[in-house]
Amino acid sequence: MKLLEVSNLHAGYGLTRVLHGVSFEMAEGSITTLLGANGAGKTTTLRALCAMVKADGEVRFAGERIDAKATEDIVRLGIAHVPEGRGTFVHLTTEENLRLGAYVRSDRAAVERDFERVYGYFPRLKERRGQQAGTLSGGEQQMLAVSRALMLHPRLLLLDEPSFGLAPLIVAELFDILRTINQRERVGILLVEQNAAMALDLADHAYLIETGRMVLSGSAHDVKSNDAVRASYLGY
Amino acid sequence: METFLHQVFAGLATGGIYASVALALVMIHQATHLLNFAQGEMAMFSTYIAWALINAGVPYWGAFFLTLAFAFVLGAAIQHFVMKNIRAQSVLPLVIVFIGLLVIFNSVAGWIFTYTIKVFPSPFPKEPLFGQKYVSSHELGAIGVTLVVLTMLWAFFRFTSLGLAMRAAAQNPTSSRLVGIKVGWMLVLGWGLAAVVGAVAGMMVAPIVYLDPNMMAGILLYAFAAALIGGIDSPGGAVVGGFLVGVLENVLGAYVVGNELKLAVALVLIVGVLLVKPSGLFGSVQVTRV
Amino acid sequence: MSSLPGPRALTPALSQAERGNAQWIWLAVLIVAACALPFVLSNYRTFQLTLVLVYAIALLGLNILTGYNGQISLGHGAFYAIGAYVAAILMDRFGVPYWATVPVAGALCLVAGFLFGLPALRLEGHYLALATFALGITMPQLLKNKHVEQWTGGVQGIVIVKPDAPFGWKLSPDQWLYFFTLAVTVVMFFVGWNLLRGRVGRALVAIRDHPTAAAAMGIDTALYKSLAFGVSAMYTGIAGALGAIAVQFVAPDSFGVGLSIGLLTGIVIGGLASIPGAIYGALFIQFIPNIADHISKAAPWAIYGIFLIGFMFLMPMGINGAIRMAWARWQHRNTTQGGTR
Repeated sequence: MKLLEVSNLHAGYGLTRVLHGVSFEMAEGSITTLLGANGAGKTTTLRALCAMVKADGEVRFAGERIDAKATEDIVRLGIAHVPEGRGTFVHLTTEENLRLGAYVRSDRAAVERDFERVYGYFPRLKERRGQQAGTLSGGEQQMLAVSRALMLHPRLLLLDEPSFGLAPLIVAELFDILRTINQRERVGILLVEQNAAMALDLADHAYLIETGRMVLSGSAHDVKSNDAVRASYLGY
Repeated sequence: METFLHQVFAGLATGGIYASVALALVMIHQATHLLNFAQGEMAMFSTYIAWALINAGVPYWGAFFLTLAFAFVLGAAIQHFVMKNIRAQSVLPLVIVFIGLLVIFNSVAGWIFTYTIKVFPSPFPKEPLFGQKYVSSHELGAIGVTLVVLTMLWAFFRFTSLGLAMRAAAQNPTSSRLVGIKVGWMLVLGWGLAAVVGAVAGMMVAPIVYLDPNMMAGILLYAFAAALIGGIDSPGGAVVGGFLVGVLENVLGAYVVGNELKLAVALVLIVGVLLVKPSGLFGSVQVTRV
Repeated sequence: MSSLPGPRALTPALSQAERGNAQWIWLAVLIVAACALPFVLSNYRTFQLTLVLVYAIALLGLNILTGYNGQISLGHGAFYAIGAYVAAILMDRFGVPYWATVPVAGALCLVAGFLFGLPALRLEGHYLALATFALGITMPQLLKNKHVEQWTGGVQGIVIVKPDAPFGWKLSPDQWLYFFTLAVTVVMFFVGWNLLRGRVGRALVAIRDHPTAAAAMGIDTALYKSLAFGVSAMYTGIAGALGAIAVQFVAPDSFGVGLSIGLLTGIVIGGLASIPGAIYGALFIQFIPNIADHISKAAPWAIYGIFLIGFMFLMPMGINGAIRMAWARWQHRNTTQGGTR
């Protein structure tokens, strides 16, 4: 059973249509990356999956249709979204941010274990647990955003441009941790990225969106090694 | 010296009431970025319900808690049925709805309970504590009740999961949805709690100023002044602001402007703070993006 | 809620020129009818109609500020009070003739409004509403204050005498005052209409809808906003003066926050940002309390409140908006049924 199946997704903001019938799928435990230029519709795709924008089309998560559900209910099914801009609760502390990540869970003991796990991945967050989240650096806030998503103990992690505004070293560190999380816990990762090179190094599969339409799909390895595709679509 | 101390204590007592109403205003502003002009009338109406219950023979504290339950439902209902359904591009329709609510509560109270002034009982003894002359038992009791309510609220927001969720929903509704918080219900809850706080304030002030439909108009003004002074987004600031305004009002009223101009003090405070330091003592400066 | 009429509806049944003429004819008929009324109605009804005119002027004033320019005032009763007291004090303490008090009240309120508009520039949306709300609530206290008592008459207020018709004309004081007020109303509305349909009106609306863009287009937003305050206050002050003369009495408690809320209700029900709306609203706030009073003292306010909320949900453009939509739909039906044009 596929983790995620998206068929013919149309979405937009008000009168502006951004996605024109996008279809793709993800296998359980895979890392899939959604590539494309600015304004192609990558963020809109993630938002549509979480019902943050009006959308038409069929979306199935582990076989169950979720396209008619509200964001809060989609989260409860185990989909965690790390939005563009991180969406940190800036006036709350680091620890409060993390606790909110586990808001829908009722298994207190498991939540406490997840705290330790997350602090294990990102020790700097443990150091700053009582600090106001808005005072953390960009890289730390990104780690916090990913950690908050992990506190849900999700089956699918949606990441919207996690490398944005971060130094390459930090991005490498972050992507290493994502790889570890995926391998250790079989969490599916759908990664939207403009930094195609790093995304293709991490992912198993890649899709390319251009002006709201899917134009390319294949294994990350194939896409990376196809010079023509790289040159014309990915610019490197 | 005696009268001065008495003015200060009386100021602290009314200040506690201003602090409560100011807190209710801040709670709603934090969650919705709106000023609830109807807060005072909601509190007044709840106090009338308490009066009716007591008149029907319900013992004071029973009526007190029943009224709190009523206030909670009232506030929640207003958010769920009225405020939620207004899609407004500008502030004007919202202000109009608030004024509409204000007017409805005021007139319905007058209709049902008439405009004759009523006596509202105090649960505290008539004799002042230790027989001193500075503060009456009710004033002390009012301060006490205010502090208890404020502390409980603080603890609720600080230590419970629901309180955390409400804070999150008020600050960042989008991110809140992404962690599974039902933001709509948090707003309903927030309005309900704000109404409860207002009802407590109403029941504490009614024995002092006597119960009539226009009881809360002036108090609302002082509460706004307090909320602005403290910082419209700072609950702690609202509390500090409330006690500050209470003492200022009494002291200035007794020694500087005279009792008839006390409301003008509120006017000056409001306009002054808005012009000079709109973020108040403890608030943060709001930056609006174009 | 219904949607806006489509493009077909904007093609009128009459030509542009025919429509313009039709409007003037309607207006003339209206004014003639208005002049005839005092002779067929009792003195008391005439007095009530005078108050309708007074409120209409006040509402037009508030509409200029809140409807067209988007600055929310919950304290406009204060300017009404200033105009009323100016008229009363001039007539009672200084023996100034009634007709002279009206422009003086207007001028004073123009200045007062402009001065109030200056700090108001720094307040937006509901903060301005709050500041004006505070002013509206505090006004009676300010009027009762000991220091101005010798002028304002304190709690008891001032009583003034209704003027007789001039030149020995055979009109009762109520009738004469009605015509006087009608004349002022026509002038004020004409001035307002000219102001609002031209550059000034467009600037005010631009500032209301998108202040940053308006400023970027070169509109001096600060000047226009303060002027809007001043002009709006002037209108309401003139209304206050006329009202005082009609009622023959000013006292602090008539000018509380209820008056400000009443004025706001008037423009919401009549129709925000509309000129005819001022008249519909004035009819509402003059006559509804009269009718509702019989049910209970509280009833008029309950009705105000319900209408305020109800209109926001159901008829946000007010009576004027509803009439215009109905008219446009009627026109649409005429054109589509008319076949070829």
